[in-house]
Amino acid sequence: MIRSVVLGLALLAAPALARAETVFLSTQLRPVEEAQKMREVILKDFSGSVDYVVELPPQLPVRIKAEAEGGKHTIDVVGALHGELQPLVSMNALAPLDSLAASLRDRGIPDSLMALGRFGTEHQLYIPWMQATYIMVANKQALPFLPQGADLNALTYDQLAAWADAVQEKTGKRLLGFPAGPQGLMHRFFEGFLYPSYTGGVVTPFRSPEAEAMWTKFAALWKGVNPNSTNYNFMQEPLLAGDVWIAFDHIARVLDALRQKPDDFVAFPAPSGPKGRGYMPVLAGLAIPKDAPDAKAGADLIAYLAQPATQIATARAVGFFPVVKAELPPDLDPGLKLGVAAIERTQSAKDALPTLLPIGLGQRGGEFDKVYMDTFQLIVLRGQKPRAVLDREAETLRRIMTETAAPCWTPDPASTGACPVP
Amino acid sequence: MRRLTPYLLIAPSLIFLGVLFFVPLVETVALAFQGGADNFARMRDDLNFNDAVTDTFAIIVIVVLLQLLLALVMALMLRHVQVGRGLVLWIWSIPLGVSDLAAGLVWLAILTDRGYLNTVLAKLGVISGPASWLTYETPATLLAAIVVAELWRATAIVLVILVAGLELIPKEFGEAADVFGATPWQRFRRVTLPLLKPSIQTALILRTVLAFEMFAVVLSLGGRNFPVLMSEAFNWQYAQQDYGVAAAYAVVVMAVSLAATAFYLVLLRSPAR
Repeated sequence: MIRSVVLGLALLAAPALARAETVFLSTQLRPVEEAQKMREVILKDFSGSVDYVVELPPQLPVRIKAEAEGGKHTIDVVGALHGELQPLVSMNALAPLDSLAASLRDRGIPDSLMALGRFGTEHQLYIPWMQATYIMVANKQALPFLPQGADLNALTYDQLAAWADAVQEKTGKRLLGFPAGPQGLMHRFFEGFLYPSYTGGVVTPFRSPEAEAMWTKFAALWKGVNPNSTNYNFMQEPLLAGDVWIAFDHIARVLDALRQKPDDFVAFPAPSGPKGRGYMPVLAGLAIPKDAPDAKAGADLIAYLAQPATQIATARAVGFFPVVKAELPPDLDPGLKLGVAAIERTQSAKDALPTLLPIGLGQRGGEFDKVYMDTFQLIVLRGQKPRAVLDREAETLRRIMTETAAPCWTPDPASTGACPVP
Repeated sequence: MRRLTPYLLIAPSLIFLGVLFFVPLVETVALAFQGGADNFARMRDDLNFNDAVTDTFAIIVIVVLLQLLLALVMALMLRHVQVGRGLVLWIWSIPLGVSDLAAGLVWLAILTDRGYLNTVLAKLGVISGPASWLTYETPATLLAAIVVAELWRATAIVLVILVAGLELIPKEFGEAADVFGATPWQRFRRVTLPLLKPSIQTALILRTVLAFEMFAVVLSLGGRNFPVLMSEAFNWQYAQQDYGVAAAYAVVVMAVSLAATAFYLVLLRSPAR
């Protein structure tokens, strides 16, 4: 008993004694193996010593606020997703990183990602750290059926529909697939890809004429989709089984297919619509809290993590991909290489239209997703008229936005109060 | 002290049930009615509600009736098995030991596009490529698949109750019927069935209440394509994180379960002897 008390006190005192360490608090790479890889592989070559600490996303603002109010600052660097850093910006808890951003200019972080780190202010508030997104994967057997003149890396939704139709005509099978199963991420397809591509927004244009036209087109495209799609949760399985030749999913959910059979598959960006190539970056950033104990060491750590070599080590160890221009080593796992290339082509596409994960909905995120899935179910699966469905679902969406008072996020036009659904 | 002993001995189980059953029950009902009937209105207006109700009742009517018939036939046949009776009963009861999620996954492996059924059908030349049985485009085979899976999984529970009930019927009654020249059908209809009524009642109540809670088999085979009351409660609780509507679904499941129980109690009441 006494021994454990002493041990506990020693543990409590330890951080205070070892103050020379840079404290890096992260909401990402939390599982033990990932955190271990962070400490032993990714941070290995950093000049200083780092105390890598993880925190659950909802706890991050609580902890930062407590430190700001208590006046005892311990954290030098915060690593979190864009949407998780947003509340810290509202709390005015992040230090501007403009000079650090200037010094990292030669790393080749795309402007669109850097802009996200400014949150619409004049200052750089975080430096992009690592990313994932959703991509398309196709079996090479489907490539001969690509519509004439179509460029796989600049595909449009019309071309995708024509492609799926051609495959169906030649094989007699519907081989386009979406993860619309109960655990699938289909809602992100609507929120981050289809809606922005066709309407330039997600919430504001929910029931716009453009949205109505979009749903009509998507319902037509669905005729070439494998009807098992409403059972698919991870597209890597039907891809590997050959039940699906062309699929959309989160990179982490197709990576097994790419890794197991890199010679059988190609990976490429999601298609584009009239308003651009909507895509949802899952972006993590690195920030320094105001009054951090050692902001200089924090900046050094960020610069280290944004080095191409560190970024590649991160991709290898944990499957999050580089945000900087990184020369991939020739011995990189070929499946991983396919994924990296697809992400890079997505975000460097001329018509790229990054769309954020919903921000400010808190616990209501699931209800928000349901609006998009219900609309899909009613229009596409049950064949109802888009206008009536959109008008009905818009009421639910409006209620969620009003009750959470969540302002619009990119690419919807900024709003002063709750994001409107006109 | 002696008088208190039985109460002291059952107290832990009472407290256990009270804390872990009645408290959540009251909280669920309170949660469902928080804000008046709002949660129920949202449940009713949801696009899956009508389907969930229809699907749940369709499954229950089909499955429970078929299970009762099957179990009755199996139990009566078992009466005539002399050698290896225990073994037969044991084999019939194997599915009882399988969790319902595992049962759902077993049937999914059989019925999926590249499952065992299609492999066999393709070998026999019935189909040329993978046929789909479980999609939103094939509601009839999807329903049939769930019925078959449920029959396989849970007929044994009805069987066990009926076998026990049959054992309780004195042999003399049957012999007496024989003496008076009853046909086998008359014997079954006039002697066995009336005496088996309490067991049938128990089996029906148990099976129907369990069927209202049916979840994992439906979820693994039907997913989003076959909503039932329980899967909707689950979705509202975990996917939409709207605990109020989830609680409303839970209250509906409880109400229909109670109604079904009352229905069986009245329908199959045995006259006092």
